[in-house]
Amino acid sequence: MSKETIESSAAAIAGRVGARELSAAEVTEAALGRIAASDDAVGAYLTVLGDGAREHALRVDARIAGGESLPLAGVPLAVKDNMCLTGTRTTCGSKILENWIAPYTATAVQRLLDAGCVPVGKTNMDEFAMGSSCENSALGVTRNPYDLSRVPGGSSGGSAAAVAAFEAAIGTGSDTGGSIREPGAFCNAIGFKPTYGRISRYGLIAFASSLDQIGPLTRTVEDAALAYDAMAGFDPMDATSVDRPVETAATHLRRDLKGVRIGIAREFDTAKLGAESHACYARAYRDLEALGAELVEISLPTADYGLATYYLIAPAECSSNLARFDGVRYGLRVEGDDVQAMYEATRAAGFGAEVKRRILIGTYALSSGYYDAYYVRAQKARTLIAADFAKAFETCDLIASPAASSPAFEFNAKSDPYSMYLMDYYTIPFSLAGLPALSVPCGWVTPEGGSSPMPMGLQLAAPLFEERALLGAAHAYEVATSHATRHRPRLAEVAK
Amino acid sequence: MASDSIDVRYVAKLARIALTDEEVERFGAQLGDLLEHVRALEKLDTGSVAATAQVIASRNVERGDDVRGCLDRETVLEQAPQRQGAFFRVPRIIAAE
Amino acid sequence: MTAATGVSAALRSKYEAVIGIECHVELRTATKMFCGCVNEFGGEPNTKVCPVCLALPGALPVPNRAAIEHMIRAGLAFGAEIPAFSKFDRKNYFYPDMPKDYQISQYDMPLTQGGAVTYWREDGTMGRCALERIHLEEDTGKSTHAGSGDGRIAGSSYSLVDFNRAGVPLMECVSKPEIHSAQDAVAFLEALKRTLLQLGVSDVKMEEGSLRCDANVSIRLAGSAELGTKAEIKNMNSFRSVGRAIESEIDRQIDVVESGGRVVQETRGWDEARGVTISMRSKEQAHDYRYFPDPDLVPMEVSRERVEALRATLPEAPWIRFTRYTAEMGLSPTQATQLVDNVPLADFFDRCVTASKNPQQATNFILGDLSRLANESGVQVAESKVRAEDVAELVALVEGKIVNSKIAKSLLERMWAGEGSPKAIVEREGLAQTSDPGAVARFVDEVLAANPNVVADFRAGKTNVAGFLVGQIMKASRGKADPELVNRMLREKLAASDE
Repeated sequence: MSKETIESSAAAIAGRVGARELSAAEVTEAALGRIAASDDAVGAYLTVLGDGAREHALRVDARIAGGESLPLAGVPLAVKDNMCLTGTRTTCGSKILENWIAPYTATAVQRLLDAGCVPVGKTNMDEFAMGSSCENSALGVTRNPYDLSRVPGGSSGGSAAAVAAFEAAIGTGSDTGGSIREPGAFCNAIGFKPTYGRISRYGLIAFASSLDQIGPLTRTVEDAALAYDAMAGFDPMDATSVDRPVETAATHLRRDLKGVRIGIAREFDTAKLGAESHACYARAYRDLEALGAELVEISLPTADYGLATYYLIAPAECSSNLARFDGVRYGLRVEGDDVQAMYEATRAAGFGAEVKRRILIGTYALSSGYYDAYYVRAQKARTLIAADFAKAFETCDLIASPAASSPAFEFNAKSDPYSMYLMDYYTIPFSLAGLPALSVPCGWVTPEGGSSPMPMGLQLAAPLFEERALLGAAHAYEVATSHATRHRPRLAEVAK
Repeated sequence: MASDSIDVRYVAKLARIALTDEEVERFGAQLGDLLEHVRALEKLDTGSVAATAQVIASRNVERGDDVRGCLDRETVLEQAPQRQGAFFRVPRIIAAE
Repeated sequence: MTAATGVSAALRSKYEAVIGIECHVELRTATKMFCGCVNEFGGEPNTKVCPVCLALPGALPVPNRAAIEHMIRAGLAFGAEIPAFSKFDRKNYFYPDMPKDYQISQYDMPLTQGGAVTYWREDGTMGRCALERIHLEEDTGKSTHAGSGDGRIAGSSYSLVDFNRAGVPLMECVSKPEIHSAQDAVAFLEALKRTLLQLGVSDVKMEEGSLRCDANVSIRLAGSAELGTKAEIKNMNSFRSVGRAIESEIDRQIDVVESGGRVVQETRGWDEARGVTISMRSKEQAHDYRYFPDPDLVPMEVSRERVEALRATLPEAPWIRFTRYTAEMGLSPTQATQLVDNVPLADFFDRCVTASKNPQQATNFILGDLSRLANESGVQVAESKVRAEDVAELVALVEGKIVNSKIAKSLLERMWAGEGSPKAIVEREGLAQTSDPGAVARFVDEVLAANPNVVADFRAGKTNVAGFLVGQIMKASRGKADPELVNRMLREKLAASDE
């Protein structure tokens, strides 16, 4: 029973728990059991909630007994460790917060709990969300459930791996330049980032404030839609959250793409990605057409500037956002002779190399004499990139592209920082424009030198606030192609 | 944009991160490399374009002057790296701001 | 008043002092600038904090509408422009009382631009100092320093931080360097304080830290247009300190220049006990604050409707009221200041003047006996049982010589006690002054007849005994005789019987 339960979609679990065929407590036990069995190998979680999860489950069961209807009743939830959940260790994958216990809960997480989710643990991530492989975590290693010698992607690698390994049905992620979509692609999951401002950032530990968004990682598009519906909406605690009614997405999932125009950017030439990847995407685009979509060529002339733009704006904002980690009020402290020396020693010991690099480049880009040349220029480039998309969307309803530059790579494969940054080539421009975008499984490719087929992700994006259209279309593609179900994670406990 | 290399020590000081000599050299090279790529932006004609203030069009988000509960003091202080009674304690401050 | 160096007046007149004032004013709102914590002076340390003002990971700021409106009103009160577009910027620097290690402030697009503070001196002359800017930001926490013996940073071994104050809305007001004396600097501050108090936007109490100010002081040869090197003076805890500190600094700079030296650009702290400014450790390098627009906040577009609606709530500016009282009504600067500093009293005064058309007499009663009664009883004139219209009535009675000043005084006491209209009292009790010459003459004759010795003394040259006689006549008339008439008649009769 527990294997079927634990591998069900969130929708199915919520349906059964809501109908009282199962209790939230039983589902939670099953999830904890799966974690105990496979997480030594996968390493998705930094903290497993155990009794804390059981207490949450009891409350859910009590609410159901009281007659409440909960759209996500009993669904096991993995929470990325940069999101505050009261009473839990919230580390951002960093030594500087290694033992910090959050005294409050992020709004988006609270909304999932209110909808009936049961949090089972906090997941591993690239330190402070900076990275595309989860290798930058200072506190743990997460492995791709489809090939344990490969990375799960990042920065939301832990949540993606947890969902892929059936250790949770929904994982929360955060996406700044691709940190939900890319691990989604690497781990055969749906990774969805809504429009900037759609989901509250209150309680999400900030990396780059004008780019960060919370979104779900799930095994089905329907689950992503349910999670989105629960989380989205204005929050008075976040001044950048948009006060605009949420159009529910789970009620509008499509079965075909008739009448939908899908833009393919001429600048995103998939031939560069190698023969197998190229073939995979070519087939994906044909499958979209087979569903009734009209493929339209669009141009995104400034897309190539996305990386440069992003790697000025994001570090600049993060250099300021991470200043508060100074050893004064919480977190790690390394003593110093005077307070400024204490800051320097604390931050030297507490931050990993990638975080230090980004703080340095960000500080530089904002500094006197360089601000106009770097930061302001990047914000202007951003305006141009957003304008490109606005123009493109005049002739299409959605845009399709690869979600990542390659399938999951091996550990230590990208030792040069810039080669790692290139992983986000396709996702970054959409982040800069604030557009809703997701990754949906679109095939399998065995990488060169690899032993198993690895999942590939198709990125679909929509105009601002068109989440319903985006999820609706992704559902049609998912149901028609069923790529996700073709292979199982290569974990002893799971492969059977 | 100048084609200067970053004064890593100066920037690290601004950012309050102590670096080893090895880090200064390694980061200097890596960041120099990144800056080379970033220089591509010089090719973009951004003259007539406004910098993005916010990707969303919101304006005037304010809240009413209403009291909200504060945190309990023990919660606030129990995770302080160093506390003294009701205060956070820090090493001596040399220069006033 | 010169400082310890005792710079002479002659030397002083060789130079012109150039002073700019920079103030930080805590705004009076129920909650902090970016979170819902209580905004209140005092209280147990670290009890008025939340994830936002403590800068816990993941917390976000949301601006307080009341603080924004206070700012706009203050700007309007100083005649500033309210631009249509404004934003918040981050000012980045590391310091233990700054929870985020950046301060949310405003850099190049503040809520108000320009404006000026109009102030007046003790002699009633006016001065005006333009403002560079007024912008909105958040306050820091407070640190106390231990181990140095005197609570100062220098020599301390550690510090303790309280974040109750962190996040309180703060108005930073920077003047142009258009002040030229310590006295004017104090007058400027008093005018600033007056305006802000009247608007209700701040308590403006230096002793509670809701007003803090620094002064930038430089000197130049009188008549020169170039600015000298300035020193920034901090650590002044009262208006009096500000005056003394600036005086002291001007003298110090003159001394330096006169002895062939050059003034160094530095920060100096005022030492109240020793009466001098002391150089604080000069910073090795200027701060690079790396200002950039705060991405956690959205821009503010201030509509003209909103500005006009706020403008309509402004009371009459203190300096305009002051001018009205001095130039139009002939009050002395001291009297005018007394009224301007007490808005309900000034409103009471205005109502009385409107009804009586006699500012001088109204002033005498209101700032004289009524204020005395207010001080004694602890009840404000404007909140007492006395109505402004009744005081106007009394003014008319005195003007018409129906009551003399002594009766008027006792009427005021009775009005204070709640007896109401003075006219009614006078009629009821027949307190009208006796101005009938015949009646007065009878009283005079009575008293002269009853005091022959005194009369003799007067004739012998002791003219001051006339006072006693006047007193007796007033007594005989039960205080109602017109004193003017009494004096005149008495002198006539005393002189007459000389013949």
